[in-house]
Amino acid sequence: MGPVHDGAPHLVPDGRPLAGLYSRNARAVIARGLLATRTSNWTVMVSGFFEPVLYLLSMGIGLGALVGEVAGPGGQEISYAAYIAPALLAVSAMNGAVYDSTWNVFFKLNFAKLYQNMLYTSLGPLDVAIGEIFLALLRGFLYATGFTVVMAALGLATSPWALLMVPASVLIAFGFAAVGMGITSFMTRFQQMDWIGFALLPMFLFSATFYPLTVYPEPVRWFIQALPLWHGVELLRQLGVGQVGPATLGHLAYYLVMAAAGLVLTTVRLRALFLR
Amino acid sequence: MPNSSGYRAVVSARNLTKRFGDFTAVDGISFEIPAGESFGLLGPNGAGKSTIMRMLGGVSRRTSGELEVMGLDPERQGPEVRAHLGVVPQQDNLDEELRVRDNLIIYGRYFGLPMSYLRPKSAELLEFAQLGDKAGARIGELSGGMKRRLTIARSLINDPGILLLDEPTTGLDPQARHVLWDRLFRLKERGTTLVLTTHYMDEAEQLCDRLIVVDRGRIMAGGSPAELIRAHSSREVLELRFGAGRNASAAGALAGLGERIEVLPDRILVYADDGEAVLGQAVARGLEPATSLVRRSSLEDVFLRLTGRSLID
Repeated sequence: MGPVHDGAPHLVPDGRPLAGLYSRNARAVIARGLLATRTSNWTVMVSGFFEPVLYLLSMGIGLGALVGEVAGPGGQEISYAAYIAPALLAVSAMNGAVYDSTWNVFFKLNFAKLYQNMLYTSLGPLDVAIGEIFLALLRGFLYATGFTVVMAALGLATSPWALLMVPASVLIAFGFAAVGMGITSFMTRFQQMDWIGFALLPMFLFSATFYPLTVYPEPVRWFIQALPLWHGVELLRQLGVGQVGPATLGHLAYYLVMAAAGLVLTTVRLRALFLR
Repeated sequence: MPNSSGYRAVVSARNLTKRFGDFTAVDGISFEIPAGESFGLLGPNGAGKSTIMRMLGGVSRRTSGELEVMGLDPERQGPEVRAHLGVVPQQDNLDEELRVRDNLIIYGRYFGLPMSYLRPKSAELLEFAQLGDKAGARIGELSGGMKRRLTIARSLINDPGILLLDEPTTGLDPQARHVLWDRLFRLKERGTTLVLTTHYMDEAEQLCDRLIVVDRGRIMAGGSPAELIRAHSSREVLELRFGAGRNASAAGALAGLGERIEVLPDRILVYADDGEAVLGQAVARGLEPATSLVRRSSLEDVFLRLTGRSLID
């Protein structure tokens, strides 16, 4: 049973900043996530890959047969499937990241009591938050890679720029995951989690996902352009066909700011989130 | 910190208070625990015991008061303090998505311990918990007693100097409890400081060198089990049952016997130094109890005396 204790020693405080919240060991949270996936829930992981693929086959190929060619980001004619495929990838990055940072965190916190375990060890809440966000992004990376391969196989990725859709998807997921976790810290009941769904569904349907923004009157356009998903859709759509310009950088900047703001919010709210 | 009696307390709480909104769960509690002691928090459900345990681990913030664990404030130095703590929560919260052995290894990883240490350590702890043949099993396949033993094994992965046990044997059958008590005794012999909450008086009497009786967030009394019984109860207790509905009238007839009489819904307790003698007096008064029992006073009686209520409702 290990060494005999000659009484417990007195400790010297660790003067690092955030020493009470962070022990520089997020990799343990990641190791746990990977092992749990391998042991118990890899089927759930696989099913998540198919969602955007099924949408693409149904709406892009099926509905696309009725729609025909549409104007792409640079004004050139592209197939309807090629038009909506990057948008579906952005939606999938958003949904996955939001699910992982809200429902999943809320469940592990309040029902599986997983974080209770972790926080009774040397881990601090910041280790847990970083580990969980990393796992969400890793999952997003794998899905985005798979989806991009499917797009290429269907002939929907027409430019080498399309490869950059993978890291761009991860950035989109990062923005949503960071903000999502911050928002979860304000949630106390399961019913409140439904509000997140209320916000996501209209954003999915109306963020120029399935048709161009120009169908809306001016004030509605401004509103949509203020929301995050539109920037993700536009970012990936431009990369998909290689129409890259200052606007692309603008969309990137939107997500960098969103991720940074989300991380600050999450860090400030860590005690509220994990140490209730 | 060194104090007047010369020892260094590994846990020191002064006016520890925790409020949830209007509700005061812990109300100005002070205590000290020297290294190597087995210290108990005895009280009914909802007394504030678990809240105190959570504050010791730094996973719940106190509203006011001071708290030091191994010389540090667990709220401000949580990860560092917890590196030396083992925690057995009230409800087993094993990681259901991992197998038995992986539960130990991953938990060790949370402490930043290397695999070269964790591989032999996890095997050793599985033996200690008598789960050597269950290493590859899923958590769902374990019995209640096995889960509890695994939870305790898990809490020892970092060789903690202080072990926090929240209701360690609640829900276990008597045999499983005795196995667990035996394991806890061994830890105590190795110098591990034990801090445990319980609402079982026999557990407190078996395991605790010293304890505090907590009710509604306040300390009602403190001392060793024997001291508490001496101070707050008689040497013996006579338990009389007269059957439903007849206890109250019988109590009237018993008036004046022993030091004190408690009327509970199912029985009457007469506190006296000589229980047999009081039973003789009761029979002489013409009372015919359905059953009678003379026993030594226990912490249950102390609690009843201090709060007017039973430990287990």
